[in-house]
Amino acid sequence: MARMTMIEAVRSAMDVSMAKDDNVVVFGEDVGYFGGVFRCTQGLQAKYGRTRCFDTPISESGIVGTAIGMAAYGLKPCVEIQFADYMYPAYDQLTQEAARIRYRSNGDFTCPIVVRMPTGGGIFGGQTHSQSPEALFTHVCGLKVIVPSNPYDAKGLLIAAIEDPDPVMFLEPKRLYNGPFDGHHERPVTPWSKHELGEVPDGHYTIPIGKAEVRRVGSAVTVVAYGTMVHVALAAAEDAGIDAEVIDLRSLLPLDLDTIVKSVAKTGRCVVVHEATLTSGFGAEVVALVQEHCFYHLEAPVVRVAGWDTPYPHAQEWDYFPGPGRVGRALAEVMEA
Amino acid sequence: MVDSARLSLHVPEPAVRPGGQPDFSNVKIAKAGSVPRPGVDVASEDIRDLAYSIIRVLNRDGEAVGPWAGSLSDEELLTGLRNMMKLRAFDARMLMAQRQGKTSFYMQHLGEEAVSCAFRKALKKGDMNFPTYRQAGLLIADDYPMVEMMNQIYSNESDPLHGRQLPIMYSSKEHGFFTISGNLATQYVQAVGWAMASAIKNDSRIAAAWIGDGSTAESDFHSALVFASTYKAPVILNIVNNQWAISTFQGIARGGSGTFAARGLGFGIPALRVDGNDYLAVHAVARWAAERARRNLGPTLIEHVTYRVGAHSTSDDPSAYRPKTESEAWPLGDPVLRLKKHLIVKGVWSEERHVQAEAEITDEVIEAQRQAEAHGTLHAGGKPSVRDIFEGVYAEMPAHIRRQRQKAGY
Repeated sequence: MARMTMIEAVRSAMDVSMAKDDNVVVFGEDVGYFGGVFRCTQGLQAKYGRTRCFDTPISESGIVGTAIGMAAYGLKPCVEIQFADYMYPAYDQLTQEAARIRYRSNGDFTCPIVVRMPTGGGIFGGQTHSQSPEALFTHVCGLKVIVPSNPYDAKGLLIAAIEDPDPVMFLEPKRLYNGPFDGHHERPVTPWSKHELGEVPDGHYTIPIGKAEVRRVGSAVTVVAYGTMVHVALAAAEDAGIDAEVIDLRSLLPLDLDTIVKSVAKTGRCVVVHEATLTSGFGAEVVALVQEHCFYHLEAPVVRVAGWDTPYPHAQEWDYFPGPGRVGRALAEVMEA
Repeated sequence: MVDSARLSLHVPEPAVRPGGQPDFSNVKIAKAGSVPRPGVDVASEDIRDLAYSIIRVLNRDGEAVGPWAGSLSDEELLTGLRNMMKLRAFDARMLMAQRQGKTSFYMQHLGEEAVSCAFRKALKKGDMNFPTYRQAGLLIADDYPMVEMMNQIYSNESDPLHGRQLPIMYSSKEHGFFTISGNLATQYVQAVGWAMASAIKNDSRIAAAWIGDGSTAESDFHSALVFASTYKAPVILNIVNNQWAISTFQGIARGGSGTFAARGLGFGIPALRVDGNDYLAVHAVARWAAERARRNLGPTLIEHVTYRVGAHSTSDDPSAYRPKTESEAWPLGDPVLRLKKHLIVKGVWSEERHVQAEAEITDEVIEAQRQAEAHGTLHAGGKPSVRDIFEGVYAEMPAHIRRQRQKAGY
């Protein structure tokens, strides 16, 4: 079993998919010759040729719009939006076109595209390179939304996304690209190569879309997180010495409600953590579902821990999104209630 | 030092408003047969004039003249006339059906029938159109059943789209007609993507993109041109300039550029303007562009110069923003009457046969309407199942939608 960073795992997923299916094409800004600003597509053009992996004009709407047309033809485009923050010009194509084509044509045309985008903060990217726009997609019927938290999942989920018959938004937490930090921002990043979770099979495998994973088994409180925040939640549980069960959602849409309900029914308490801004964030959906499905099991109000409702700051980013301290205080709060 | 003058904003206005005399003096009409026909491998910079002129074949006497003439046989022309008449009759019946409350909405093609009907005949089976809401002629000319179109318009139990789409937003992969979006210009760049895919797979099929004059202001129009130009995609980029984007005249979207076609020149895309009310000219230019695409010579941009005689939709009142008689003053005439005259001049058609054909077509449309209405109309029975709301969002229904369907009682 190879050890890979998340970047390598993402690249391996595209490599495996392109080798398996001639209809898989990869394109976006700088992804061809250069291999992408994060090098996720490095080597693919050399291996598969310029018509299967190529650079595009700087036009996000053009990238997604052409991908939709290619999918209508019968290809399986896997495109890159250079940063999730740049996807807004393509928002119309994603939400009103890609998401609806199957429905509005009654299956006459379909849209099996994958749109990859580095998401989240923690790399000093400032306001326009740090956003977490997942809730903008989870509100859209017809899309699927995935946020992996480790290389193994990233590869298995991306292959599943490429093979999925519907459009999938694949948000890659860039804080985790080169290795898992241990959840503490003041400590150095641990490379995946030195981490157990960095083990990734070389060949083809998939992880089913719509299945969460319990990362830490506990009985006192359920922490629901995804992406970078899975690591923060795990660190918070260790630091606080609380018997918390940590659920990594992996897929936000469709959502694995059963795993959440089963856990909260057991623990009676719930904290939801994400780094996107609080108001109308995806956490609100999770809290509403917990309230609907677990109300009689709850022993404390469900608490959300999220990024502040401000644009993403450059210098104070570690004070912006939740760290183990904030999550730990939330855990203590629900345990005391 | 330069004296600063008080600045003022320029807001373009059409030449005439309601109550005024229609004025098309700004539409420069080239004489039929006068515009040259270059080889399909011509460079865009060598045909700059074609982006400013208008290619026309039919002259005032109904004769086909010049280098763009002769691409169609008598039989093909008679079929073209019949298709345009059918579209016009279909429009009339469906407009009436909307007024009778049988559907919520309709958009007609009056005055623009030649554009889509003639263009379709330059394409082959397997080619793909990415149309707007005013190219139903692509379906009519490809013999898509009118009953199916009506079922869609009525959102009845036989609607192929199960009541999910606004009337006239058809979809038919088999007939090369991509599912229509209400969001403008999105399909333009999708068409380029489809064409790129065909090229990636070394296929021989081509795509056609469609847009109205007003929607060329959307950023997707420009994205489409840059992608088409960059990758030399086998796509025909059609702009239907029917003079009006609802109440906004074409000068608003066109801005300072000479013509819409001229926008292609900056991208190195060969660009032509064609008389959109001349069935022969539209077909000849479409065939020229299709040959370019099939020979891997890249995209072509065509501006179809026409006039929207009817309202924008059944929700529109054109008398509020343009002279009532403006359509009669349109200098390029009526596409049906022009082709009819040409065929009479050629001796293959007559007034009597035309009257007879009109009656036959009316009967055909009424019969289709009868069949469609047997499956129901929007407000009178025969609706798609409520269950259909929940189907087809995804290939496989996820649990949360299944729960909602069950909650709805299905």
